[in-house]
Amino acid sequence: MSNGTPLLAVEELSVVFGGRGSDEVRAVDGVSFTLNEGKVTGLVGESGCGKSVTSLALMGLLPSRGVRIGGSAVMRLPEGETDLLRLPARRMRDLRGSQLAMIFQDPLSSLNPVVPIGVQVTEILRRHRRMGGSAAAKEAAVLLDRVGIPDPTRRLREYPHQLSGGMRQRALIAMAVACRPRVMIADEPTTALDVTIQAQILELLKELVTEEGTALLMITHDLGVVAGLCDDINVLYAGRAVESAPRGPLFAEPAHPYTIGLLGSVPRLDAPRGEPLTPIRGSVNDNIAWTDGCAFAPRCDRYAAECLEGPPPLVPAGDGHTHRCVDPAEEETE
Amino acid sequence: MLRFLVRRTLQLIPTLGGLSILLFVWLQRLPGGPEYALLPDDATPEQREQMRRSLGLEEPIAVQYLTFLRRILQGDLGTSLQTGRPVLEEFLTRFPATFELSVTAMAIAVSVGLPLGYLAARRRGGVLDFAAVGGSLLGICTPVFFLAFVLKVVFSEGLGLFPSAFRLSPGLSRTELSGFVVLDGLRTGELDVVWDALLHLALPGVALASIPLAVIVRMTRASVLEVLDEDYVRTADAKGLHRSTVRTRHVMRNAMLPVVTSIGLLTGSLFAGAVLTESVFAFPGIGSFVYVATQTRDYPVLTGFILVIAAMYVLINLLVDISYSLLDPRVRAQ
Repeated sequence: MSNGTPLLAVEELSVVFGGRGSDEVRAVDGVSFTLNEGKVTGLVGESGCGKSVTSLALMGLLPSRGVRIGGSAVMRLPEGETDLLRLPARRMRDLRGSQLAMIFQDPLSSLNPVVPIGVQVTEILRRHRRMGGSAAAKEAAVLLDRVGIPDPTRRLREYPHQLSGGMRQRALIAMAVACRPRVMIADEPTTALDVTIQAQILELLKELVTEEGTALLMITHDLGVVAGLCDDINVLYAGRAVESAPRGPLFAEPAHPYTIGLLGSVPRLDAPRGEPLTPIRGSVNDNIAWTDGCAFAPRCDRYAAECLEGPPPLVPAGDGHTHRCVDPAEEETE
Repeated sequence: MLRFLVRRTLQLIPTLGGLSILLFVWLQRLPGGPEYALLPDDATPEQREQMRRSLGLEEPIAVQYLTFLRRILQGDLGTSLQTGRPVLEEFLTRFPATFELSVTAMAIAVSVGLPLGYLAARRRGGVLDFAAVGGSLLGICTPVFFLAFVLKVVFSEGLGLFPSAFRLSPGLSRTELSGFVVLDGLRTGELDVVWDALLHLALPGVALASIPLAVIVRMTRASVLEVLDEDYVRTADAKGLHRSTVRTRHVMRNAMLPVVTSIGLLTGSLFAGAVLTESVFAFPGIGSFVYVATQTRDYPVLTGFILVIAAMYVLINLLVDISYSLLDPRVRAQ
C-alpha cells in the first residue's frame, strides 16, 4: 500500500443492467479498491466477471438508459475530491482524456480507420491542452517517440491499417498519456497482441507509471501480466471481489479457492512433461446469486453446506489481504 | 491516387462498350424493325425499303454495329421526329434546366436526409426516429407524379406560395449567358432572377427529392446505428472530445461511406425521375421533352435519352468511386 490518500477510491461500486420488465443483471456487485500514485492495481477474473464493466462505469462510458450505478468513486483532483459517479456528463467529458484515460483491448477496432493517426493524437491535445495546430503536431511526434514508435512524423500521417498491431497499441497509449492523466485504466491492453509485443507494451506501461506517477488500473485475465506488473490485486468473481491482496501474499498464500484455481490453471514451464493442467470445472454460467451464498460454490472443490448460508463476509487475513471464503485454504495448498 | 484514377477511368471502356451493345440490340429489336418505328404508320412499302437502306440495315450486323458506334462517338444521336432537329442539340438546350432541378432535389435530399438520419439513430426508438422512419417509408411509397400534383394543387394553386409552371415568371428580363438560370443570375448579379428561379425550382425540387430523401434518411440511420457501436467511437468518447467532434469526425465520417454510394445511384435515377416531375410542372427540361417523345414514339429521342442516362450513371459511379477513395484510405491502398 502506498502512503497518502489514494488517487481514486472506489467503494461498493455496483452496476445493474436491465430491470423494469426484463431480468436484472448485477454485472458489478459491491466492488471496492483504491488506486495509488505510481502503483498498478490489478482487476483479475475470467470473462463476464464484471471487470470491463467496472472500468466503463468509472469512465462514465456506460449507456445512461437501462443501467443503474451505485456506490462511489472518489477521485483526488487539483481542485479537490470528486465522486466520478455523480459528476454531470459535461464535467465528466472534461475529465476524460485529461485526468482519467483509458486504453482498450483491440487496438485496430479502437482506432478510427479513416482518420490519420496524427489527427487522432492531436485532437486530444487541442481539446484538453488547448494547443494550436503546429504545437499539437510537434507534441504528437514527441508522444509517439516516447511510446517507442520509430519515425513518428511519418507515422502521424499514416492511417491505422498501415501500422502493425503493436504500433497501434502504442499509438493508443500515446493518446492515453497525452495529457498526463492521474489515473489510467488499461482493459486487457495486450490480449490482441503477439507474446513478444505483449512484453514490450507491459514494459512501456510500467515505465510510464513509475516516471509520471500515474495510477494504473490493469484489467486482465492473464496472471502472467498480474505477476509482472501489479502491486495490488483484486480477484473478481461474478461481480464481486473474492480476494484482494498485495502481489506477494496473493501468489504466496492465496486463500480463496477461486484464486487457487486460477493459479492452478496456468501452464508452467517447470512442471513435469505431460502433467495435465488443472482447469476450474464448470463455467460462470453455473453461478448462484451472491445473496444466496457463495457464487463460486457450485464450481468449488472445497464446497460445504455452510457456503450456502447467505453471502460470505469479507474476511481480513492481515497485511491488506482480504477474502470472501468461509473455509479458506490454510497454508501452501498446491 | 493518380494510379487509382487512371485505372478506374480505363475500366470505363468495357462498361461503355457493353452499354453500346445493349443499346444496339434494343434498336434492332424495335417492334417491326426501325423502318416501322421511325416512319409514320401510313408510310408506303417503298418508303420503308428506302429507310432500311439509308439506315444501312442491309449491311452485315457487325458493320451496322460499328457504324452505330461511330455515329454515337461523333455525337450523332439522330434526328427528332417531333421537331426535325438533331437529338443532341435538343438535349443540350434542355439539359441546364434538368441539371438545375436535379441539383436542387439532391441538395434538399442530402441537407435534410443526413441530419435527420443521424438524429433518428441517436434517438433510436424516440418520437423523431418513429417519424423519420415512418415518413421515409411514406416517401418511398408515394409515386412522384402524385406527390408533384399534390404539391402543385396545395402550395401553388391553393395557397399561391409558389409558381406552378416554367423556370421563370413570364416577362422577367434577364441577361442570358447560358442555359443555367440560377448560375447566370449569380454571375450577373440579377438577384431577382435568382430568387424567381429558386421559387420555380422549389416545388418540383421537393417532389423530385422525395425518394432520394427517404432513401438517404434510412441509409444514414442504419449506418450511424452501426458506427455508434464501433470501438473507435468509444475511444473518441474516452478521450473526452466534444460531442460535435465525435459526431462529425468519428461517427459521420465513417457512417457516410455507404451513404455516398447510394447518393451516387440516386443522382443517376433523378434524371429518369425528372420525366414525370417536369411534365407536371411544365418545366422545360429534358424530362418533359422525353415525356412527349414517349407519346409520339420518337425513337431517336428515346434512344438518345437512354444513352444519356446510362452515360450519367457511369460518370456518377466514377465520381462516387473517387469520393469513396478520398473518404476511405483503405480503398486507396487496395
